[in-house]
Amino acid sequence: MNMKAMSETPLEPERYELRAQAPYRFDLDRRDFFKFLGAGIVVVSVLKPTIVAQESGGGRQRDGDGLPQEIDAWLHIGENGKVTAYTGKVEVGQNIRTSLSQAVAEELHVPIERIELVMGDTQLTPFDMGTFGSRTTPTMNLQLRKVAAAAREALLALATEQLQADRQQLRAAESRISDPKTNRIIDYAALLKGQQITKTIAADQPLIAASQWKVAGQSVPRVDGRDFVTGRHRYPSDQKLPGMLYGKVLRPPAFNATLVSADPKNAGQMGVTVVRDGNFVGVAAPSSKAAETALAAIHAEWKAKPQISNKELFDYLRKNAAEGKDPTGDGDRFETGSVDQALSSADHKLHATYTVQYVAHVPLEPRAALAKWDGDQLTVWTGTQRPFGVRRQLAEAFRIPEDKIRVLMPDTGSGYGGKHTGETAIEAARLAKAAKQPVKVVWTREEEFSWAYFRPAGVIDVVSGVRNDGTITAWEFHNYNSGSAGIRPYYDIPNQRIVFHEVDSPLRQGSYRALAATANHFARESHMDELAQAVKMDPLEFRLKNLKNERLRAVFEAAAKQFGWGRSKSAGQGFGMGGGYEKLGNIATFAEVYVDSKSGEVKVVRVVSAFECGAVVNPDNLRNQIEGSNMQGLGGALFEVIEFENGKILNGRLSQYRVPRFSDLPVLETVLLDRKDIPSVGAGECPMVGSAPAIANAIFDTTGTRLRALPLVPNGLKTS
Amino acid sequence: MATIRLTINDKSYSLDTDPQSSLLTVLREDLDLTGSKYGCGEGQCGACTVLVDGKAQRSCITRVGSVAGKQITTIEGLVKGDRLHPVQQAFLDEAAMQCAYCTSGMIMSAVALLQQNMMPSEREIVDFMDGNVCRCGTYPRIIRAIQRAAKAQAPAVAKGAGR
Repeated sequence: MNMKAMSETPLEPERYELRAQAPYRFDLDRRDFFKFLGAGIVVVSVLKPTIVAQESGGGRQRDGDGLPQEIDAWLHIGENGKVTAYTGKVEVGQNIRTSLSQAVAEELHVPIERIELVMGDTQLTPFDMGTFGSRTTPTMNLQLRKVAAAAREALLALATEQLQADRQQLRAAESRISDPKTNRIIDYAALLKGQQITKTIAADQPLIAASQWKVAGQSVPRVDGRDFVTGRHRYPSDQKLPGMLYGKVLRPPAFNATLVSADPKNAGQMGVTVVRDGNFVGVAAPSSKAAETALAAIHAEWKAKPQISNKELFDYLRKNAAEGKDPTGDGDRFETGSVDQALSSADHKLHATYTVQYVAHVPLEPRAALAKWDGDQLTVWTGTQRPFGVRRQLAEAFRIPEDKIRVLMPDTGSGYGGKHTGETAIEAARLAKAAKQPVKVVWTREEEFSWAYFRPAGVIDVVSGVRNDGTITAWEFHNYNSGSAGIRPYYDIPNQRIVFHEVDSPLRQGSYRALAATANHFARESHMDELAQAVKMDPLEFRLKNLKNERLRAVFEAAAKQFGWGRSKSAGQGFGMGGGYEKLGNIATFAEVYVDSKSGEVKVVRVVSAFECGAVVNPDNLRNQIEGSNMQGLGGALFEVIEFENGKILNGRLSQYRVPRFSDLPVLETVLLDRKDIPSVGAGECPMVGSAPAIANAIFDTTGTRLRALPLVPNGLKTS
Repeated sequence: MATIRLTINDKSYSLDTDPQSSLLTVLREDLDLTGSKYGCGEGQCGACTVLVDGKAQRSCITRVGSVAGKQITTIEGLVKGDRLHPVQQAFLDEAAMQCAYCTSGMIMSAVALLQQNMMPSEREIVDFMDGNVCRCGTYPRIIRAIQRAAKAQAPAVAKGAGR
């Protein structure tokens, strides 16, 4: 096969939100289900095409025949009463293995420990676009509740027949159905003996109201926690097969380099497998050490063009913006009222520019994959948020049909949007093909820093107009490159011009937790404080004056109360806020900082978050996600930055790239607003967007210095 | 290559290996003890932490030749029969993890801390644990887990005080 074509066509460095089409669809054949699952009941969730289009970002390819059905989850209850739910979503630390199990347990009335969740296995689970965009809770949680509810109803129907009872009298609990009239009890397993029932859920399948939840809505402990505290869980990088080799890939000295020559002779003499295929040079050896030694023995020459550095970054982004490009993509341009008129008649007019540097995800487990070939069948275990997307990349790379490939995703050591692509899967598969043995590739931390992708850098220009009474009348907002997520203001402003300018990024960039919403909220919420200052209003009062959305007002008010907004301050102490609406959730974050006027050291002392994401599925896990968002948000706010020059990352090691540690931990307080009347939505991303502006505004509060660049203080605050 | 004798989790091993190899690589590749994780390869993240004669050590920068004959404990060696170590139990009780890739190293560091300081203050916990990274940001929970384990392990007097 031609690896040259592969390396020259970038591995779909997906940008912003993914819009790629789904490549595959399952056909429904009940005999297949039972051959594979055994007797019992199978309930299948089928999405309406409109929803499929929303969820997959553009609809699925169809081959014209077969059923027009789009399965997104299914559930099986066996003759032994064992419940298995199948979803293409994956676990990277959000603890959805628990929250999705809760959903099934709630509706099906089975103890949570009887439920097994099969996730992210392209052979066993329905197609899923990927685990990103905080979509698991609003979609998959709902779908699994529906399939579980439909299964419960089917079981009740069976019991009505078998017990010859009045269905309205029957009660389901603890995997059993009882008839209080006759005191007869029958368990699910007995009901399903010899049965082969398939059901497709109705779109309007009634569900238990959140106010009646008994298992959902509770802080249920992690379902598989013991495997993690004992070290027994096998992450992708822990996978092993008999006869497995360790793979290493030669990296160019700079991005976008082409291989001029490579001499693999020395490595070849070491008794290892050496592959040179286009730009791809790699080795596979019985130990990682042998692979490293062999790789080091390959002499290679590369050719690369000069490339920019941090210094020129923001100029570059402005100059290379696709001004003329059609900005009609989702949210790329939005205009209402007349901004120019409103600006000219405003009492105060403000213009400010905010910047955001590239940052790295630093998932503690680097990319890893184990690949094996059985004839022309390829199986890959890898840590990815898009197992089906990786399968497609493999199909493209090796020019084989997708049904020859199985991708499995063992629960993985985090992603934060950083593991959408299948680099290690392709590398391991290429080496395994040559070696005719299974090969595992685990990236080093340095590889992870340089050869993964980054959160996009960006420049944001804001021009605004406000009346003396604090009413914002004009809002013009231009984002260059960092993305359009969260770009629209939630404040009620009559005249707006919002434009996202796409740029051909100098560094490889892609998804990241909350993605562009962090940059857009940083600019917007910083600017809100600047406007409040211009009209001499309290920042909270100013926000509330321009904000009608009740849910957002509620989180600002709740956080303010918990924080004690308005209390007096001592020297060096600063208070600030930021918040917003993102991925259907509402967040307000209040920060207290302490700035040492002598050393310029900035310490975030306390962070209070109020969050509302509809009905809470698991309060303690939700708190965990919000705390984590605040910690990760704090790194990006204060000090995280990728330094680069001429196609090289200059700080691509953990000793050089600073991430938040124990000593950075502020007091974290979380207020949950549990809206049982509103459907549950995701929480992994939204809580992050308030951190940076809250901290920046707090620094301004105590120092009078307005910082408009993220990271805010990578080297402390200049106090000159 | 040399023959190296190792005592890991009270079991003796005799290995033919390069004494310069990292202990982490030997644990993971040769002995299939994959509970200790690779995170950075330069002793900066603590995911690979093991106990060597009771002290926390970063196995990724520890040469296997240097620990021959010493008592090595990995995360796999903490469970006694079916019983979790109090620190493991406390991590579960406080839900002190998200992706949990750092958890083995966190637990091993915490065990080492509590062996030298039975009732550490929050400040002492932060100072001791600062070399362990949790990118998911579960630090406040890990601190609480260590405090909980300290109370569980402490003699009766302290236990009473903790209630």
